Amino acid sequence: MLKGLIGKKIGMTQIFDEDGAAIPITLIEAGPCYVTQVRTQERDGYAAVQMGFSEVKPKRLTGGTLGHLKKNELPPLRFLREFRVKDLDVAEGDVLKADVFAVGERVDVIGTSKGRGFAGAVKRYGFAGGPKTHGQSDRQRAPGSRGSGTTPGRVFKGARGPGHMGNVRVTSQHLKVELVDAERNLVGVRGAVPGPRGRMVLIKEARKQ
Amino acid sequence: MNELLKSIEPAVNPNVPHLDPGDIVSVHAKIKEGTRERVQEFKGTVLFTHNNGSNSSFTVRRIASNGVGVERTFLTRSPRLEKVVIDRHSKVRRARLYYLRGRTGKSARLKQRF
Repeated sequence: MLKGLIGKKIGMTQIFDEDGAAIPITLIEAGPCYVTQVRTQERDGYAAVQMGFSEVKPKRLTGGTLGHLKKNELPPLRFLREFRVKDLDVAEGDVLKADVFAVGERVDVIGTSKGRGFAGAVKRYGFAGGPKTHGQSDRQRAPGSRGSGTTPGRVFKGARGPGHMGNVRVTSQHLKVELVDAERNLVGVRGAVPGPRGRMVLIKEARKQ
Repeated sequence: MNELLKSIEPAVNPNVPHLDPGDIVSVHAKIKEGTRERVQEFKGTVLFTHNNGSNSSFTVRRIASNGVGVERTFLTRSPRLEKVVIDRHSKVRRARLYYLRGRTGKSARLKQRF
C-alpha cells in the first residue's frame, strides 16, 4: 500500500498512554488525499503517485489545474505533490484517508520551517555573543571573528555568520505514530514537526526503519 | 484553541478535586513495580498548582521520615491518579508557597482555614 499523505499541521498537545505516561503529540489533519495522477516507468520514466489535498473554491485555481483535476472528476485541490513508489497499487481518482498509517509505525514528516528573516549569528548558529560587562559597548550579540588573519587573508566560503534563517524544507525523521483517527483524518505523531500551525506537511514512511 | 486539538486531549480527571495551595492532601497514585501495579499514597502540602489545560499539574511537599523534604509533581489529568483526598485547607496569602522549603518544624506549619 502507498504510504504517504499530505496534511495540515494543527498543533501540539499531550495525551496519556495506557501506562499513564504523558506523550507529546503533534496533530496533523491528513486527508482526504486524492490520487490525481499516476506516473509509470513506461510513460514517465519513473513510478510515482501525484496526490492532492485541501479542497478550495474553484476560482482559487488556474484553469489548467482545474482541467487536470477534472479528468478524474476530482474537487479543486490546493496542494498537489508527488510521492515516489516502488509498486503501484492505487488508481487515479482513489481517496486515501489517515488509516494508511497505523499506530506504532515510524514516519518522516516533511515541512517548511518557520521563517526567521535575516537573523544574526547568535540566533542562527547559537554563537555566544560578546561580554555584557567590563566596558563593552555594542558587542552583546556580535559574531566575533570569522577566520584567521593575513593567512589566508580572506573568509572561507561557508563560514557561519548572519543571514537568512528558516523557511526551508525540513524533514523530521523517524517519528512514532501515536494516534490515528480515520473518520476525522487525524494523525498524531510523537514530538515536534517543522513549520507553524496550519502549514502543509508531507507524511511518508520512515526512510530509516 | 483549535477544536480538533481539544477533542483529542485527555478529559478532566474526575478523581481530582479543585486544589488550592496550602491544602493538606493525600494523593493515591498507581505505580508499576515490574509487572505488578499498586497504589501508593503520598501525603503532604500542596505548594502550588499549574493550571494549563491538559498540561495542568500540582506539586505536593512532604517531610520524609529522616526529616528530608520530598516534593512530587503530579499531572492533574493523569489516569495514574486514583484519588486525591483533601484533609484540610490552610490559610495562605501566596499562590506559590516556596517559603515552606526553607522551613522545618513549627515554622513550617500553616493555619487551618475552615
